[in-house]
Amino acid sequence: MATKVNFSSELQKFTGEVQTQVQATNYRGVVAEIVAKYPGLAEDEILKMAVAIDGEIIHEPFLEQIQEGSEVHFLYRISGG
Amino acid sequence: MSEAQDYKYIGQRTIRPDGYDKVTGRANYAADLALPGMIWAKVLRSPHAHARIRSIDTSKAEALPDVMAVATHVDIPNQANPGAINILAKDKALYHGHAIAGVAAKTEAAAEAALALIEVDYEVLPPIMSIEDAMADSAALIHEDLITKGMAEQPTSPSNVSSRMEMNKGDVAAGFAEADVILEREFRTPTVHQGYIEPHACTVRFDEDGQSMIWCSTQGHFGVRATTAALLNLEHSKLKVIASEIGGGFGGKTVVYLEPLALILSKKSGRPVKIQMDRDEVFKASGPGSATRNKVKIGAKKDGTITAMEAHLYYESGAFPGAAPLGPGCMTIFTPYDVPNQYVEGFDVVVNKAKVAAYRAPGAPQSEYACEMLINELADELGIDPIDFRLQNAAKEDTQTLYGPKLKAVGLVECLEAAKNSAQYKSALEKNQGRGVSSGFWFNIGGVSSVIINMNEDGTGTILEGSPDIGGSRASMQMMAAEELQMPTDTFSAIIPDTAHIAHSDTTGGSRTTFATGMAVVEAAADIVTQFKERAAAVWNVTPEQVEWKDGVAINISGDGKMTAAEICAAAGRTGGQITGLGNINARGAGPSFAVHIADIEVDTDTGKSDVIRYTAIQDAGKAIHPGYVEGQYQGGAAQGIGWALNEEYIFNKDGLLENPGFLDYRIPLASDLPMIEAIIVEVPNSFHPFGVRGVGETGIIPPLAACGTAVSKAIGIRMSELPLSPPRVLKAILEA
Amino acid sequence: MTKSHITATINGDVREFLCEPSDTLLQSLRDELGLTGTKEGCGSGDCGACSVTLNGRLVCSCLVLAVEVDGAEVGTVEGIGEPDKLHVIQQKFLEHAALQCGICTPGLIVSTKALLEENPAPTEEEARYYLAGNLCRCTGYDKIIKAVMDAAETMRGAA
Repeated sequence: MATKVNFSSELQKFTGEVQTQVQATNYRGVVAEIVAKYPGLAEDEILKMAVAIDGEIIHEPFLEQIQEGSEVHFLYRISGG
Repeated sequence: MSEAQDYKYIGQRTIRPDGYDKVTGRANYAADLALPGMIWAKVLRSPHAHARIRSIDTSKAEALPDVMAVATHVDIPNQANPGAINILAKDKALYHGHAIAGVAAKTEAAAEAALALIEVDYEVLPPIMSIEDAMADSAALIHEDLITKGMAEQPTSPSNVSSRMEMNKGDVAAGFAEADVILEREFRTPTVHQGYIEPHACTVRFDEDGQSMIWCSTQGHFGVRATTAALLNLEHSKLKVIASEIGGGFGGKTVVYLEPLALILSKKSGRPVKIQMDRDEVFKASGPGSATRNKVKIGAKKDGTITAMEAHLYYESGAFPGAAPLGPGCMTIFTPYDVPNQYVEGFDVVVNKAKVAAYRAPGAPQSEYACEMLINELADELGIDPIDFRLQNAAKEDTQTLYGPKLKAVGLVECLEAAKNSAQYKSALEKNQGRGVSSGFWFNIGGVSSVIINMNEDGTGTILEGSPDIGGSRASMQMMAAEELQMPTDTFSAIIPDTAHIAHSDTTGGSRTTFATGMAVVEAAADIVTQFKERAAAVWNVTPEQVEWKDGVAINISGDGKMTAAEICAAAGRTGGQITGLGNINARGAGPSFAVHIADIEVDTDTGKSDVIRYTAIQDAGKAIHPGYVEGQYQGGAAQGIGWALNEEYIFNKDGLLENPGFLDYRIPLASDLPMIEAIIVEVPNSFHPFGVRGVGETGIIPPLAACGTAVSKAIGIRMSELPLSPPRVLKAILEA
Repeated sequence: MTKSHITATINGDVREFLCEPSDTLLQSLRDELGLTGTKEGCGSGDCGACSVTLNGRLVCSCLVLAVEVDGAEVGTVEGIGEPDKLHVIQQKFLEHAALQCGICTPGLIVSTKALLEENPAPTEEEARYYLAGNLCRCTGYDKIIKAVMDAAETMRGAA
């Protein structure tokens, strides 16, 4: 079962679709795949976002390994006060 | 991991280790450091809300005999840094109080006198002071090159709207079509201030060899170091930032205002420099929370099922684009509700006010206020109890959020049930009294924390952790180390070293400290347990696997032998060197904290004054390490939210000048304004933390806005939709009804 | 302009210092006398962080000119409690977790002591109104009032 990447309505403006499947098994690989697939998607905008993998929000996903079949969402980084 | 278990050390109401210094006046805050040869600095601030700066002439100020240095924007080494123009203005003064120049002199009075001699040639421009003004067709532009980001079609001409965002889940049009009742309302909230009692201040020194030191109160001394180093082109190793005790922050002290200017003046004068903001400077020039105008529409079936939720949110950013907490505002508004169709659109709008800074759950109080007010009105319309209405539609584990992922285990339902069963909710109301309920949601964050635990030769230890302590967190760090090491809590002292003595820790904020720094403490403590076993094994000539660590003692499970921590530490030199535990982590798995509040308010219909007569604050802490300080966060958040709802607002005149920059007229709650605040701790553990901790600092400020808003509306029988519900506003509504 | 020479009894000690006519007592305590326990929150008498006693009377030291204390007795937070033992009020504040950031705490300790000397058995309402001049932004006052009521009861018991 491939990993599914879900796009928020903001990102859908560049991807034209709600969801896609990726082969990569780590965060950097997933980013490379979606940036290659959707030309309008700027890599540096994606890299600024946090990631949720199977519901766990990760603010620094640089080294994240992603299991096959996971659900991935990109979201705004929250800081708080 | 975190099933309900009996912990030995956490969960106690210990005396905090820094408490003795604080009750005796010994604790040192930002303004409490004096250095030999120190001089005083003051800041010249714009008397206009919006003006072009044609020229600044500091020569007369510089000529005064006691003046030792003057600085303006050109003195900032890294001019290109985007933060530079809020430290000292360049081409434009963008808000009343915007810093224009700094003067350092031998006395405070001399610095003050020198300010009056600085001549600034202003071309005064019309101020933009509201969302309506900013978005009007003929509006003057605050930034002449600002093109709105995020519109369906990119605009061709500039405006005062910096960005737009939207989030969509399901199909709200279809959802509304299914609804039996649809309500749509607009709500407004004012500009507010975090209101910390301690003004911003610092004492700094720039030495001849290029080393510099900053003493300041801050929620994040590593942030101060990074920001100041970037502006002044300094290396981190040459800039030491010491975090003093901090007199309140609430997000407002995550921002750097004074330190770069102070360091520039210190370098120019060759002397240590002290700057303190006066109280009016704090209100004029440090970060407020966004004023908002929010439209919400919710549809539900007669049986109480919510079918669609829609919102259009407008947040003021202050004078600089992109500062509004628009993202979190949009992401939190509908999260307490498991509703398949949700749509939110939000706008960040610039106005001639100070740059918005984080304020406790930034963005969420304003947006959730609008939703929760409408939820209460809808409950009334449907004839359903407001808590039952929320229970029926409550978010829980596996609820899909608007912003993407599904929630893990959360405690909203538990909080709602505790509210329903509370003594307050069961009590009767009297004449002119109204009751309001509200939920609240905040994500909480994890992030980078670095902890060192040094074991001393006598078996006691020192925890070094880089999270400035705003609310008693050092006590929790001691308990978490104790629990992991199974040794008494007072074995460990906890201190917050400066930036030279420990690795970077992210800012104390985002409700991250007990969660993330706590996790790092546990990791450092676990590291020590590993080393204790290795050392004991070495002494006994066995392998570490043959050593058990239990109740603070190493036990040889393959033979005879017990060693206490004190014995192991005394032998540390002989067994390889001193024992230090390290926990440098990037904590993930922060669990959100839901809250439910109940406010009972009595309104005096002759004066419009609201009295909070009873208040209950219920919130999910995951696991309360120090119940007293967890309750304190609930009560403190409630008090700030009550102030936001009933009294606090910035009042500007027609020229955009702030008329109430002081505690007399920016009226925060006093001891005589509030009742006892019943704090109920719910614990639905967060499985990602060793002890189940969820951050709790922020959520508590969210529910009071709608709880009070609804209570006042019911007390007077008039729907109120603009905050604050100050006596003049309430009285006007009563008289006009 | 020559400074004024002031002699005052601060926490029982005779102290001398120099000041300008426009210096406040708050400034002199903090900058001349090294007594930084008294805090500045607003400089205009609205927050109570600078609370001290002047000849036994509770005042905001930011509203008192330094020259006014010549020959007077001043009590600050540093004079409360013994070198080896906290005052009951201080102890109760710690036990009840009645402080978070602690900036308002010195002022509250001074004001609470003044309250209980004037009224050893205040009701909750009396305590709240007496302390209304001491602003706290962190605690919501709940635990502060509980500490004050507990301290009052303990002090009555010991009397």
